Amino acid sequence: MGMTLTEKILARHAGKEAVAPGELILAKVDLALGNDVTSPIAIQAFRSLGAAAVFDRERIALVPDHFAPNKDIKSAEQVKMMREFAKEFGIVNYFEVGRMGIEHVLLPDEGLVVPGDLVIGADSHTCTYGALCAFSTGVGSTDLAAAMFSGEVWLKVPETLRIVLSGRPAKWVEGKDVILHIIGEIGVDGALYRAMEYAGDGIAHLSMAWRFTMANMAIEAGAKNGIFPFDAATKAYADGRAKRKYEVVTADPDARYADEISVDLSALEPVVAFPHLPENTRPLSKVGNVPIDQVVVGSCTNGRIEDLRSAAAVIRGRKVHDGVRMLIFPATQEIYLEAMREGLMEAFVTAGAAFSTPTCGPCLGGHMGILASGERAISTTNRNFVGRMGHPESEVYLSNPAVAAASAVLGRIGGPDELP
Amino acid sequence: MALSGKAWKYGDDVDTDVIIPARYLNTSDPAELARHCMEDIDASFASKVASGDLIVAGKNFGCGSSREHAPIAIKASGASAVIARSFARIFYRNAFNMGLPIFEAPDAVDEIEAGDRLTVDMERGSLRNATKGKEYRFTPIPPFMRELVAAGGLLNYISKRSNSQIR
Ligand code: SF4
Repeated sequence: MGMTLTEKILARHAGKEAVAPGELILAKVDLALGNDVTSPIAIQAFRSLGAAAVFDRERIALVPDHFAPNKDIKSAEQVKMMREFAKEFGIVNYFEVGRMGIEHVLLPDEGLVVPGDLVIGADSHTCTYGALCAFSTGVGSTDLAAAMFSGEVWLKVPETLRIVLSGRPAKWVEGKDVILHIIGEIGVDGALYRAMEYAGDGIAHLSMAWRFTMANMAIEAGAKNGIFPFDAATKAYADGRAKRKYEVVTADPDARYADEISVDLSALEPVVAFPHLPENTRPLSKVGNVPIDQVVVGSCTNGRIEDLRSAAAVIRGRKVHDGVRMLIFPATQEIYLEAMREGLMEAFVTAGAAFSTPTCGPCLGGHMGILASGERAISTTNRNFVGRMGHPESEVYLSNPAVAAASAVLGRIGGPDELP
Repeated sequence: MALSGKAWKYGDDVDTDVIIPARYLNTSDPAELARHCMEDIDASFASKVASGDLIVAGKNFGCGSSREHAPIAIKASGASAVIARSFARIFYRNAFNMGLPIFEAPDAVDEIEAGDRLTVDMERGSLRNATKGKEYRFTPIPPFMRELVAAGGLLNYISKRSNSQIR
């Protein structure tokens, strides 16, 4: 019986020849991660075990990114707890402000996640690394504590939903639009408990940045993970970076899938998700007149250099609309530096946008751009739940970076083609 | 253990941002988290929920982030269990790892109204709605989950395993 990508990686890490959907396994983890929101609970739980050491000092990553640089005393205390824990247990991959980034962009860029890995993280968007043909999924703090101690995690082998991509996306259509379109089709629980495995020759037209965006939002369809096959683009990305040797995994031709859907990339236009669920999608041409107060470009979904380039190409030589605040968040220090070198930062600041140090910030309504009641934002982030970016009566619309930048100029939601 | 109290009824896709908004995630103190539980969809919940009360909701309860603060806030609010049509997967894990009982009971969910008096019997796998005079069965918890619960949660389960498991 053939296996899907997810089943193969899980079997390998559980020390088994084969696994099947529904099976409960205990699997070895290649990397376990936590952030400043989830690590404190995990650290307290870990300490309650009375363990003398973590399972492997190099296979734990602690990244303060949500409220960092610390927004208040309580956040500072949480990060202090992480810092002291990292020091006491000799955890190599603790990333201090000034050397950090948003975890899901930072860890693959640093080569800490490699193809074929099994990664768990106390953060729901841990599924991002599926872009690298790794199995990665979000868990809770207690799971992280247990993994830091034992190097293992219990998992139920998910069924797999196969998503076949064909065609080449049109101009201004990016990875974000593909995943928003899919979530709009199948709903926020359309892949509940399942793996989303991409296939088809359309993948060749998707850059690694776009694949990260798409794997990142698998959780927004309820999925356990989202995973792409290994190809030349994966190899080019991994080879310069990988800190460990990796083994390429491929799906068997006779693998069994619970379901299959197909998407013709050439038929898509940019997609916008309306409040208050990512499944409330509309093609850009059907958005209508939606005035906005704030634009956010950044996050683990769209804070990569490719995303900043896309937004900067639209904003360069133009001005942010009088009634709009535009905020740019490069996801890592490395991306920040690159944006500086390429002149993207200058394009944004000249246009009248604010350019921030890396942080999750407004993505989760943490700090650095909170919405007041009745305010509306268009954002390249991944969630538009009630109160996600601030006041419970504020609204968040989700889009790709080019549409977000065009909207900043227009003062309402719109695309780059509408600009004078 | 019998779980018994009033029903607090909510709809589909109740996400972790409304169960406990991110603006309160700079603490992990259960009492403080409980004060803001469900605040953005039901400002009265935290102050009016009584010990033993049950949250009843539609599909995909707990979708969104991996924050364990969500089951912690619900547990600390005094609510004794959550009954839903289905749960988001990370919330499902976290609830068991934390010791908050949750049940998937689709038939019951449709008929329960806010304020109904409910009693859940975990061992028998049944739910009684005293207000409506109805009784329902729900899917029993998988054996592995029962093992986790019996061990006293994930951490105890893990620490009982021998050191040979550690690489
Ligand atoms: S950028 Fe947003 S979604 Fe990504 S890890 Fe940070 S808070 Fe979570």
